[in-house]
Order: sequence, then C-alpha cells, then structure tokens
Amino acid sequence: MVTGSALEEELLRLVGEVPDPELPVISLAELGVLRRIEVTGPGRVEVELTPTWTGCPALEAMAADITRVLAEQGMSEVAVRTVLAPAWTTDAISPEGRRKLAEHGVAPPRPGAGAAGAAGRAGGATAGRRPAPVGVDLAVRCPHCGSTRTVLLSRFSSTACKALRRCESCGEPFDHFKEV
Amino acid sequence: MNAALALGDDALVLAQRLGEWAGNAPVLEEDVALTNIALDLLGQARTLLSLTGDEDELAFRREAHEFRNVQLVEQPNGDFADTIARQLYFSVYQELLYGALAEGGSELAPLAGKAVKEVAYHRDHAEQWTLRLGDGTEESHRRMQRALGTLWRFTGELFEPLEGLAVELPALHAPWRERIAGVLGRATLEIPEGADRTAWSAGAGRQGVHTEPFGRMLAEMQYLHRAHPGASW
Repeated sequence: MVTGSALEEELLRLVGEVPDPELPVISLAELGVLRRIEVTGPGRVEVELTPTWTGCPALEAMAADITRVLAEQGMSEVAVRTVLAPAWTTDAISPEGRRKLAEHGVAPPRPGAGAAGAAGRAGGATAGRRPAPVGVDLAVRCPHCGSTRTVLLSRFSSTACKALRRCESCGEPFDHFKEV
Repeated sequence: MNAALALGDDALVLAQRLGEWAGNAPVLEEDVALTNIALDLLGQARTLLSLTGDEDELAFRREAHEFRNVQLVEQPNGDFADTIARQLYFSVYQELLYGALAEGGSELAPLAGKAVKEVAYHRDHAEQWTLRLGDGTEESHRRMQRALGTLWRFTGELFEPLEGLAVELPALHAPWRERIAGVLGRATLEIPEGADRTAWSAGAGRQGVHTEPFGRMLAEMQYLHRAHPGASW
C-alpha cells in the first residue's frame, strides 16, 4: 500500500471503514481489497481496488460506496480503478477480519492457501498447478459450536467467495470463505 | 485475430450456457454451483472483452458470425452428463491456458493469474462429477461415456494456434490429453477414440463459423438489449 500524504492516509482510513456490501460485518480494509489511494489534485483522487473474484458483483457497489465516502470529504472527482495483479488471495484478510467473519457465522479461510492448492487439496486433484505445501488438510471449524468435525457440501455457495459446509456435531450448515 | 476477444467469447458463451441451468439443476447445491461457475466466467469475459472494446456492444450487438469462441462452449447443455463432459474438457484446457498465460508478461497475464485460481475450482467440480457419474450407476456411466464421445469432435479446435496469444496452444494438447485420460481412468471411463475435429469444427469457431444451436442461444442472450437499447436497472 502506497500512502503519500496525511490527507491520503486519512482518506484511506475512511475508505477502509466502508463495509463489504455482501458481508457487512467486515470492512474493505479488513478484506484487503484496497490497493492504493492517491490525491492527484484539489478534490481529485484515484483509488485502486482489487476484486476477490473476477465476477464478484459487489465490486460495483464497493466503488459506489467509496465514491460516496470520498465525496463527503470534498472529493468531487473520484476515479476507482480495478487492478488484478497481484491477484487477491484470502491471505489478505486481516486477523480482525477473520475473527469478525467467524462471529458472523462464516468460517474464515485457512491460511497459506494457494488457489490450485486449495482446490487440489479439497478434491485430491491431479491438475493443480501448485500442490499444497503441506499434505494435511487443516480442519474447518464450525462457526456455531466450534467443532472441527465438518464436511464439505458444495464448493460453491451463496456468493462466489464461499463454500457450503455442514457441522457433524451440531448439524448446522454454514458458509466457509473458501481459500483462493 | 484478437486473442482477448477469442478468449473473452469463450468465457462469455460458456457463462450463458451454464446460466441456463439456473432453476433447472438436479439439486439446489448444483444449481448454485453451476451459476457460480457462470459468474466467474462472466467476470473473466467482462475483463477480456473490455480490453478489446465496449463489453456491452461486443456481447449484445454482434451477430453470430462475429463471435470467435470455440464451438465446444456453445454446445447445448443437453443432459447433466453432457454439461459435465463439456465442463471437464473446457476447464482442464482453461486451467492449462491461464496457467501458461499467467507466467508470461503479456497484456492478459494479470487476468490469467487471477482467473486460474477460479478455474481450479471449476476443474475440480467437473472432475468430482466425472468420477461420480462414471463410477456411479450403469445408467450414469452410459450417459457420461456417450457425452464424452459426442463432444470429442469439438476438442481439437481448442489447440489450434491463436494469433496474438502469448501461449502456443498446440503445446497444451499433450498435457490436456494426459489429464483428461487420468480423470477418465479413475472414473472407469474410456477416452474417446474418434476424430477430435471434423471439416466443420477444425478451427471454425475462431473464424466465426458456428453450429446451429448457437444462433438460438445468442437470440435469447441478446433479446433484452436489442429490444430496449441502453436498458439498465
């Protein structure tokens, strides 16, 4: 993250507090999707945002929310740009963000999960580009009762970034922020 | 030919096909899975088409012969085995392609580096279903084997050289075949033996020659935009 001036730092802080449109318990800063903010002139600012998943429909809502927050600070010309590289990973979610997700009933992603590693690990697949560094499958903890006896129901769930699991201890289904 | 347009059309057309499963899949989880995959592909398509021009103009205002997608992705959903066979063939290809693109320094590398992580999930989904259908009941095995055979003649086109692409597509053919054979072997299925291209399918989609069902798919996809230009909500 590049921050130049005190003004930029203040704007970054305000924009960072914007809640995620689909998971409002977590902020954009905690989600790790804000890449850069630069004041380019009086009332003019550029923001770089990276998507969690390329098709994530929340991206447009995020850009609109960011523009609104910055307009309240007197920024009349706001340009929100989408950047893809380096690709976002679930490792960019802050510890505080992970804690909030779990409290909200969404199991946080396991750390250190490369994409192909995660999908390959889940499926025992042969075509993963990078194998998971460690051959053990870290358990996903149930956000309701804390049990580690949980099973995967579907790799795809209510939003692009989540998988659907069920707890074998308390019987409840829950979303899991899947590793990417 | 513009490589971003070709790959963008692949993603867009397959997204539209998978979207047709919304509300129709055999179980709710599968409905959600197929439409999530469609959403990922749509996101990739938007990025790729935007590198070429206006994404809406390109998606909604072109005629069939102006699309550059491979014929495989435009094939109708058929039964569930047909959809899974199409997914298996295409996701293994797309994972190899994006993986190779991501390692280069081309204009498409950032998108490829992002999308390869999504496609890893698509490929895994297709593999899991291939195993279940192939090594499932007599009926599921029969249908999966038939679907693999029916779509086989569209697979050769995937590996035709694509001008302007930083990856040599023919070089991906051997690893693709090896991976497909591996999955099919585990699924007690056989890799099809027929021709993987015909006079009508060898590179034809990339030249704007499409199969008959494509026109109907496009008519449905473009109807709203053509009837109400500029509509938004």
